[in-house]
Amino acid sequence: MSFIEVRDLKYTYNLGENDAHEALKGLSMNIEEGEFVALLGHNGCGKSTLAKIFNGMYTPLSGSVKVDGLDTSIEKNQIEVRRKVGLVQQNPDNQLVAGIVEEDVAFGPENLGIPPLEIRERVDEALKAVNMYEYREHAPFKLSGGQKQRVAIAGVIAMRTKCIVLDEPTAMLDPRGREEVMETIKKLNREHGITIILITHYMDEAVQSGRVIVMDDGKVLTEGAPREVFSNVELLKRHKLDVPQATELAYKLKNAGIDLKGVPMNTLECIDLIEQYINS
Amino acid sequence: MTELNVIETKNLSFTYGIGTPFEKHAVKDVNLEIKQGEFLGIIGHTGSGKSTFIQMLNGLIKPTSGTILLNGNDIWAEPKKIRNVRFKVGMVFQYPEYQLFEETVIKDICFGPMNQGLSEEEALKRAKEAAFFVGLPDNLLEKSPFELSGGEKRRAAIAGVIAMDPDVLILDEPTAGLDPMGRDLLLTQIYNYHKERKNTVLLVSHSMEDIGRVADRVLVMNKGEKAMLENTRDVFSKGYELRDMGLKIPQVTHIMQKLKLMGLDVDEGTLRVEDALRQLIPLLKK
Repeated sequence: MSFIEVRDLKYTYNLGENDAHEALKGLSMNIEEGEFVALLGHNGCGKSTLAKIFNGMYTPLSGSVKVDGLDTSIEKNQIEVRRKVGLVQQNPDNQLVAGIVEEDVAFGPENLGIPPLEIRERVDEALKAVNMYEYREHAPFKLSGGQKQRVAIAGVIAMRTKCIVLDEPTAMLDPRGREEVMETIKKLNREHGITIILITHYMDEAVQSGRVIVMDDGKVLTEGAPREVFSNVELLKRHKLDVPQATELAYKLKNAGIDLKGVPMNTLECIDLIEQYINS
Repeated sequence: MTELNVIETKNLSFTYGIGTPFEKHAVKDVNLEIKQGEFLGIIGHTGSGKSTFIQMLNGLIKPTSGTILLNGNDIWAEPKKIRNVRFKVGMVFQYPEYQLFEETVIKDICFGPMNQGLSEEEALKRAKEAAFFVGLPDNLLEKSPFELSGGEKRRAAIAGVIAMDPDVLILDEPTAGLDPMGRDLLLTQIYNYHKERKNTVLLVSHSMEDIGRVADRVLVMNKGEKAMLENTRDVFSKGYELRDMGLKIPQVTHIMQKLKLMGLDVDEGTLRVEDALRQLIPLLKK
């Protein structure tokens, strides 16, 4: 059994009305426990709808979604599903509710009715996991964008979720903020075994995942290891996506007859490939 | 012929909470000249003062000290006329699609020019031109803004500012949240608008790749101060300094700098993949 199992999932907004919009059109995928998956696709392809289905905010219209064996369509499962799958969104300012960092992180566990001593423990642990413990008594509005997003992630971890879905968590951040969030995500995945589903438009972030799933028009277009998926430059470009500049450069050099051995995912790999080629 | 400066700042500063324990310099002593018709990129980490700086340029925030000259005139000489500055220096904020409010897209785009006192006919003409620049097809113009997709809404909002025909167009992260093709397309449209109208554009972005593609010069803000203001290639040649300020350089520039260190005869200020290919293909071909 996979951690998340999606079978022939369909979802339509405003069903039965004039402006009905079919966002998901029969989509199937599995996500294993402990995986780090990047979900790509152009605006309007259904990624964010899927994210909200993963954590039970929306329920499938047809088809099925099981999270850790729980069918998300069954109402009594929904609270349990939300405990298992936490959602972090794009704008950090819309997600923080309290005036002090640690109170913000405590908000979720408090709502679960956890005893105060255990809340304290969970909050400290969560803030340490995202490297924000020393900021626990700060006011969220004074933090940088990357720091705010890490506090939002801590808020999810404090709920002891098994899986975090992040919907473009770095779209509003500066380069350092983006790196901080990516490092945090990778650490949570590696050291705490938390399943990560990262929705992003930044290809240099997607290459850091274990598996890439590309969506198009409410369905899965292709999936595989980043190197496999990003080797298919033409396919991605046809579907309004891109590859990292380092990948594009190597791809175009190859097309021009320069026989590089491999597909680079980042600048260092690209430089190595060119160096190998020169020395061969 | 001397080049005209559309904007000049002299010791421009903005301090929050003066006289309180929370006093903080958001912008400190910025002296610079922005040339008529240039495409200026603005980069800097969160909290570097970029937003405060651009809001001072169009008179939304009044400097606590220093002056801003627009076409040679102090914009705060007559505070009552500050509204005119906002027509001349048009500002597109982050996520401008949340600011649409009219019944139809075309009415929304006309809102700015109508406020400038143009006739309905003239405003409509301007609005249609603006819609064309941002690639909004005619059949969308009579729709409600709320029927548009996210990317289309963003284009409509940008058209609303372009329709005022500002001398200076400032865009704060116009491509945030768009998919890669949407980013490319919008950036190209802004660039073409700049080329055709020959007016000044200021683009704030966290994407070094985007800045590298379109900007003539780059202003780097750090801790409220002007850290650099140079040609784009010169700024991105200083990878280590930018790194220290929490910034980066485009991937392709990074690759070319390393190849140069390895002894290849390439330009370390290369900013675009196409330019890199033009240099590398002849060098690497065996």
